Amino acid sequence: MDASGNNDGDNNGIVLTEEQKRRRRTRSIAIALALGALVLLFYAVTMVKVGSGH
Amino acid sequence: MSVIGKSTALQSASPAPPIEPSLAEASDYFALMKPRVMSLVVFTAFVGMMVAPGQLHPVLGVASLLCIAVGAGAAGVLNMWYDADIDGVMGRTRQRPIPAGRVQPGEALAFGITLSVGAVAVLGLVASWFTAGLLAFTIFFYAVIYTIWLKRWTAQNIVIGGAAGALPPVIGWAAVTHDVGLAPILLFLIIFFWTPPHFWALSLRRCEEYRRASVPMLPVVAGATETKRQILAHALLLAPAGVMPFLFGFAGPMYGIVAAIAGAMMVLLALRLKNAGTDNAAHAAAKRLFSFSLLYLFALFAVLLVDHWLGGWPATLLG
Repeated sequence: MDASGNNDGDNNGIVLTEEQKRRRRTRSIAIALALGALVLLFYAVTMVKVGSGH
Repeated sequence: MSVIGKSTALQSASPAPPIEPSLAEASDYFALMKPRVMSLVVFTAFVGMMVAPGQLHPVLGVASLLCIAVGAGAAGVLNMWYDADIDGVMGRTRQRPIPAGRVQPGEALAFGITLSVGAVAVLGLVASWFTAGLLAFTIFFYAVIYTIWLKRWTAQNIVIGGAAGALPPVIGWAAVTHDVGLAPILLFLIIFFWTPPHFWALSLRRCEEYRRASVPMLPVVAGATETKRQILAHALLLAPAGVMPFLFGFAGPMYGIVAAIAGAMMVLLALRLKNAGTDNAAHAAAKRLFSFSLLYLFALFAVLLVDHWLGGWPATLLG
């Protein structure tokens, strides 16, 4: 087991600190929100375009 | 004037540092997009869109504005990527995500290119490829012509580079009409002539920082007296340019009166700056001009919008 509590035996990998994990989580949430917004945007634009016959 | 290359900070031949886990938060990527500049871009593009003749479905209007905002943000990201060496030595910009080490330059470059391609492609599908072409040109002009070429080469950097910041109302107009006429060109000219007094008023107060960063801003290259003279000259061009939409019949008397008064105020403040005796008085006058210039642009475009909603925009004259 290493200092961060991992016991997978992979001591050569990068071990994230709690702060780095927190920042990664905020980035992941932001990407998820952006993707969700894009899905809604493309759906709405498609409906308008199809509805207006463009 | 000489060509000033990038400092060796980002071009060092020393071995690359070991890869570290990213310290960036989502807000750092948002900061890279220069949200304050984006807000001005969105506002002027929105006004251009609203005053254009024709109809645009609200969903397509919102999507187009979003693309213009993201395109402007992408240009800001590419600017911060290239200017990280300059930002690192200036107090105002030292804490930006790249010089502060929270975002790696390569990450910013990839982010900027991705946003650019995405914004242009989606705008092409939502509005028209002509409009998307205008956005692509704006991003190219700001990131390559201004940031990479003009900014480090000539004291007229913001005069020519200001064209990029002046294009958003033209793009907003084109999103509705799919072409460009005289009216959006007049809106372009207002922002084009507004940019030099606005930024030179700022650079007068930050002269030493620009000198330290080897950026050939006008006060660094030509001195404060010449800068004040050129600020006044551009304010004298801006004042009539601001009234042009009224004189050409694209806006009503309410806009004309506000534009005339605001233009006269810009000239007055530029004149006070030119005549300021001491350094302290000049700094105070430059600060007043800088603050008022922000109000000037907001007021003109806001009144143009209200004037249009009140029917002061005679459609018969649009040709």
